[in-house]
Amino acid sequence: MSRRTYESIQAGEAIGPFTYLVNRAILIAYADASGDQNPIHQDEEFAKSVGLPGVIAHGMFTMATAGRAITDFAGDPGAVLEFGTRFTKPVLVPAGVDVVLEVSGVVAEKLLDRKVRIDLQVVCDGVKVLGLTRAIVALA
Amino acid sequence: MLSPDFVGRVYPGVGTHEIQASSIAAFARAINDQNPAYLDPQAARLLGYLDVVAPPTFLITIALEESHRAMSDPELGLDWTRVVHGDQRFEFKRAVVAGDRLSCVSRIEAIKTVAGSDFVTVRADFVDAESELVASAISLLVFRGLDS
Repeated sequence: MSRRTYESIQAGEAIGPFTYLVNRAILIAYADASGDQNPIHQDEEFAKSVGLPGVIAHGMFTMATAGRAITDFAGDPGAVLEFGTRFTKPVLVPAGVDVVLEVSGVVAEKLLDRKVRIDLQVVCDGVKVLGLTRAIVALA
Repeated sequence: MLSPDFVGRVYPGVGTHEIQASSIAAFARAINDQNPAYLDPQAARLLGYLDVVAPPTFLITIALEESHRAMSDPELGLDWTRVVHGDQRFEFKRAVVAGDRLSCVSRIEAIKTVAGSDFVTVRADFVDAESELVASAISLLVFRGLDS
């Protein structure tokens, strides 16, 4: 593995699409590793009691999944200088189901100092679940 | 409604957070990412790092806890049972690696009230043992009003 070079990348270059899975077991593992034990990500009854349609994925799990597309593309996870997103729609994770997250991106712009801007889309069941998902990456 | 007067309030963190290789590995496994730079010190060294690298969103494991503690300030009077994560941004001066000893300072950057809900932007700055800024995690937290 090595960091991609600035010269090897063209503006407009596509990234992905990649598909990643999420299910209830993955949400429990994420809760344990991240420390975010909010029951809306594990407990169906609790989620419904606060007005949600059911258990939803941690927004930060979905963001981390999008981040994987960036770090794999860059060839170096330490190359990320900025990474941001809005959480626009919840990702519903019903019991016993593997939910598919589709991540696709584009090299939106080549910047000065060997940096590029990457824009991403994350879609679940035909709906964009993140908004304005962008990263600035430093290339070799 | 949260007073905009709280903008600029600073909350120093408690102690330092030593970044453990085992915590990075657990986080990488939880996001199903087998990137060798997260798991194998040799792979990380080949990329020029001293030890395994933390995934870009790893600092949320510290930032949300720090922000929560800061914003449990009773003067703010915020109801954490009604919070929604609106957006999240990270800025890096360098990669976070295992062995880093980071301290965190949280600061309320912005407050906006829309339709009874308070939109609070909190910046958590992470500084290393040499007092150099390493990374920042900027979170927009939405405290939903009772009617929304």
